[in-house]
Amino acid sequence: MDAILLQLLNGLDKGGAYALIALGLTLAFGTLGIVNFAHGALFMLGAFCAVTFNKFLTISKSVKDESITFFDAYKEVPYLEIWWGDTGAAIIDYAVPLSILFAIPVMLLIGWALERGLIQYFYKRTHASQILFTFGLAIVIQEIIRHIFGANPIPTPAPEIVSGSANIGLYLGLGENIIYPWWRLIYFSFSIIVITAVFAFLKFTTFGMVVRAGIQNREMVGMLGINIERRFTIVFSLSAVVAGVAGVMYAPIVPPDFHLGMDFLVLTFVVVVVGGMGSLPGAVAAGFLLGVLQSFAAMNEVKEILPGIDQIIIYLVAVVVLLVRPRGLMGVKGVFED
Amino acid sequence: MLRGFLKINMKKLLKNNLVIMIIFSVVVLTMPIWMQPFGAAYPDILQKFVIFGVFAIGYNILFGLTGYLSFGHAAFLGVGSYTAVWSFKLLTMNIIPAIILSVIMSGIFAVLMGYVALRRSGIYFSILTLAFAQMCYNLAYSVLTPITNGETGLQLAKSDPRVIDRLFSEAGEGLPSTTLFGIETSGYSGFYISAVVMIIVFYISLKIFNSSFGLKLKAIKSNQNRMRYLGFNTRPYLLTAFVISGMYAGLAGGLLAATDPLAGAERMQWTASGEVILMTILGGVGTLFGPLLGVIIIKYFENIFSAINQLDLHSFYSIFPTWLENAMVSISSLFVGEGWHMTLGLLFMLVVAFLPGGVLEGMQLTYKKLTTYVSKKRNKTGGESKKETGVNHGK
Repeated sequence: MDAILLQLLNGLDKGGAYALIALGLTLAFGTLGIVNFAHGALFMLGAFCAVTFNKFLTISKSVKDESITFFDAYKEVPYLEIWWGDTGAAIIDYAVPLSILFAIPVMLLIGWALERGLIQYFYKRTHASQILFTFGLAIVIQEIIRHIFGANPIPTPAPEIVSGSANIGLYLGLGENIIYPWWRLIYFSFSIIVITAVFAFLKFTTFGMVVRAGIQNREMVGMLGINIERRFTIVFSLSAVVAGVAGVMYAPIVPPDFHLGMDFLVLTFVVVVVGGMGSLPGAVAAGFLLGVLQSFAAMNEVKEILPGIDQIIIYLVAVVVLLVRPRGLMGVKGVFED
Repeated sequence: MLRGFLKINMKKLLKNNLVIMIIFSVVVLTMPIWMQPFGAAYPDILQKFVIFGVFAIGYNILFGLTGYLSFGHAAFLGVGSYTAVWSFKLLTMNIIPAIILSVIMSGIFAVLMGYVALRRSGIYFSILTLAFAQMCYNLAYSVLTPITNGETGLQLAKSDPRVIDRLFSEAGEGLPSTTLFGIETSGYSGFYISAVVMIIVFYISLKIFNSSFGLKLKAIKSNQNRMRYLGFNTRPYLLTAFVISGMYAGLAGGLLAATDPLAGAERMQWTASGEVILMTILGGVGTLFGPLLGVIIIKYFENIFSAINQLDLHSFYSIFPTWLENAMVSISSLFVGEGWHMTLGLLFMLVVAFLPGGVLEGMQLTYKKLTTYVSKKRNKTGGESKKETGVNHGK
């Protein structure tokens, strides 16, 4: 029982990441009709926003180390600590959550630039050429990051206070064996908040209404005199932001390196297909579902029966779902049906 | 008069399969000579040209003819390589059984994958093939380590049984090398063997392109529904095309192992599938020679670009003042050496954006433009002798 609950928890944070990326991907699919293979790269860019912000905060100056008296020793002290003392240190400690504030405008800008500069010319092209173009774009983004940050993963610590583990079992009265890192718990809650925010935005604002109408029938919305193209630019930027903040918060879980995006991209595509192309709730549900399934498949008990199942479970589920329910779990009729 | 006659005959000749094959064979087999001025006349890269040529020709049968974009062909390449190496380990160092087995094995894989994936089309097909390839890749790295030897890659060992070889001779000192009835298959002979194989499979693909089967595939690409209304069940045709192209990929994998008996899982990664897609597109999808051209361009520049280092760049830009030299070096180093992938990605974007028909189409377009330009000029100088009349427009 404990083990099952623990695996469930383990799946949730990964599922959260899948759901967030899949959400952005589906937004771009449903509205713009773009199959964006560069979406994983946007997630990776988000993670590197956190890295950059962290580096930026810890720009240091060498200062004479007073604690060592018998020779001249120097240590690196960040400017923030020199200027503001403990407050500065606290800011550095909270670099990752704070970098969301930095990542949102950056990702908005990147999304806008990509859509206006490149993607908009591909609305009328075939899906194959969209896939290929964005595939090339993903490689380019990834290589730029490698050129700047190198090929090694860069550890980006979470704030001190949440770096430990939570004894969830004790809080819920289920025994003491269910221990779970705080940050993963935070990631899960964070993903729920972002998902809720996106859904609320689409549901309760006029802008969201237009976008939803656009998903259903793009031509009709255009005929009603709404400049749907411009809204779509904003939607693309929004999807970039969602991927970006997902990446920022994921940085403490897995130290980001340049092919983080590619690793996630393939999985997320599968997630989107399982959930149903163009269905936002489907993308979210499938994200969590596959995340949890993956962590269950990683249990030793399961692996003993079916060795290697943890490596392929997601793809296996995708194959079965596509064959049994071609439209995906919650697929929308008329979206991406050839 | 004579010129017109020659032109017609030349056109007829160029349509003749035998003539095409003779010219093609000569061009391929003399590669070591005419590649000399480009600095690519050494066996290692020549082998790559022809082996990846086989891969791309096969991929073109699927993608070029039917328009189905598969992201899973690297899996067949990997399966072919593993099968070939196992054949070297268990049976014999002769490459013939290895190649035959790798084609059969990848064919079986292709039937399995195609049977499932071809139930859907469009982007779903791409993702299903991608899923299959990733499954193969992940399994090769984890559970199947006894078969694939995981990250190290499958290698020959002295203690391998090699049943058939043992019937004829005792195990020699050191590792045996791959042979074709006593001919070494590395170096130039490896190139010639692969080249002959490529010429044969090119002939097969030529036949497919000109057959009624090929026409049906093209019809599927242009309008699958119409084919169905006409009473064709399209799936068997698609499956055949998929299996053929999978077998080509397996053959390429087998040849890779035959020239260098090593097989690693990284050959199966989906980025490897991306590379063959790029080669096919760069050259010209759906054309006979396009994919080969793409292979040569990519492999050639990969070879050159990835070998350049900072020192070379500094000497290249040394005529500029130092500050400019440094700036140019730092910009260029993005694209060479380790940054070759960046060039590849940019190339991908540029080709898809501006030249979706590939280099071959680009060449045709420029040729057309040039000829119209020349004829216009001639018309101008020749006065008004060849004025367009309305009559011709009816043609």
